[in-house]
Amino acid sequence: MKIYLDNSATTRLDPRVLADMKPYLTGEYGNASSIHYMGQNNNLVLEAARDKIAKILGAPARGIVFTSGASESNNLIIKGVMFANSEKGKHLIVSAIEHPCVLQSARQLIKHGFELDIAPVTEAGLIDLVALEKLIRPYTVLVSIMAVNNEIGTIADLKTIAKLVHDKGAYFHSDIVQSIPYLDINIEDLGLDFASLSAHKFYGPKGVGIAYLNPKIKIEPLIAGGEQENGTRAGTYNLPGIVGFAKSLELVYQEKTEHINKVKELRDYMWERIKTEIPEVYLNGSLSKRTPNNLNILFARIEGEAILMDLSMKGICVSTGSACSAHNLKTSYVLQAIGLTLDNLNSNIRFTLGKFNNKKEIDYTVDALKKTVTRLRKFTPIKK
Amino acid sequence: MSLNYTKKTVEHFLHPKNIGEIKNADAVADIGNMVCGDQLSFSLKVKDGRVADIKFLSFGCASNIATASIMTERVKGMTLEEAKNYKWQETVDELGGLPQQKIHCSILASEGLKKVIEEYEKKQIDK
Repeated sequence: MKIYLDNSATTRLDPRVLADMKPYLTGEYGNASSIHYMGQNNNLVLEAARDKIAKILGAPARGIVFTSGASESNNLIIKGVMFANSEKGKHLIVSAIEHPCVLQSARQLIKHGFELDIAPVTEAGLIDLVALEKLIRPYTVLVSIMAVNNEIGTIADLKTIAKLVHDKGAYFHSDIVQSIPYLDINIEDLGLDFASLSAHKFYGPKGVGIAYLNPKIKIEPLIAGGEQENGTRAGTYNLPGIVGFAKSLELVYQEKTEHINKVKELRDYMWERIKTEIPEVYLNGSLSKRTPNNLNILFARIEGEAILMDLSMKGICVSTGSACSAHNLKTSYVLQAIGLTLDNLNSNIRFTLGKFNNKKEIDYTVDALKKTVTRLRKFTPIKK
Repeated sequence: MSLNYTKKTVEHFLHPKNIGEIKNADAVADIGNMVCGDQLSFSLKVKDGRVADIKFLSFGCASNIATASIMTERVKGMTLEEAKNYKWQETVDELGGLPQQKIHCSILASEGLKKVIEEYEKKQIDK
């Protein structure tokens, strides 16, 4: 049995998306920048995709820049905005629970003379607005707060934060990669100056994303050397990917209600079974202010990588913030930021559901999980 | 990240040998890795200067469990001196290799083994 409950890592490509992409992988392979008919026909396809995405996200089409994914978009925005606007100031703020590509981009800037502050979160995993407000200075250029956290699924109140940031005269960026389709994203209405997305998080292809860039704000390109995207991002247009991005975004919002209801019902059912049938389990992060696809659970006294591997042997794919699973052997800084104590930091499993999951899979998973937890607790040296 | 365990490692993770605590053990020792948070707890029974029995408890990843399992299997029957000198490389070789970032698990197991034997030896001197 193959059960995939790691949909925040990536999702399965929707076959309808693949069908739309296929022509541009095969017969219609012209470079969308070429001026012959094969290029120009594809240029029309490219711009139609951009328009479609812009419309869904409530943003001007000229602000949509195609990238290789949200990691590139976040790098471009954090570094590009800070470098291009250094006459405005050299200070930026990112939250403590940002994705590593945001945190590392911000830390890289310190070497170039920029100042960084980290905005704390509450135990529920939500941005501490009072603390954030105090961190913003007159010369703060950019504040970056993710819409939905990738580990615990907690949701930031983007509209309120955007207003707070703008009132203080700074620009606002949000990594919205985990929010689709769980939040209604209208970039202009929310007040986002910058946003980042990857298609593979919502049943689209890997290797394609967008950066939304407010056309009124200067930015320094990260990848220079071509006229694509008005010089903001060089590189041959990934047309199959871009077509796939547009299609997957369109489908996921068209089918949003059905999708959310299904995922939420499965998630709630799963958590209900786990908390009643398995002792010593705790939910990490707020239940009410999290996306309906996410469960991040602490299984006391046993180690996360062992749980993951035991489930993996039974065909179940999940993830963990345990140090043993990390290349650098460091525990999850997100779970640290929400106040988990040292002895609990290595005992967590993230289950992230998606539209292709069903109740049978959830039942199989919980049944397997019960056996896994019982087995591992039999020989843990940590007493109750 | 590459985290492919060998068949033997998986086998020892799923069906670990020498799990538990020895009643009336001659020595016990706990060891933990400050970096990754893994913990092992060993109990030892000695007869005629040899490892008569050894068991362990684990709070750790698949390779922590597998390394302690195979190591305890191998050192049973050894003299205390031989057991103390059992190298972590031998554990790794017995498992057919470990992913690079999991080598430290085998080192932790060896350190725990050494610690429990030293605990035993200390007790003999105190007697």
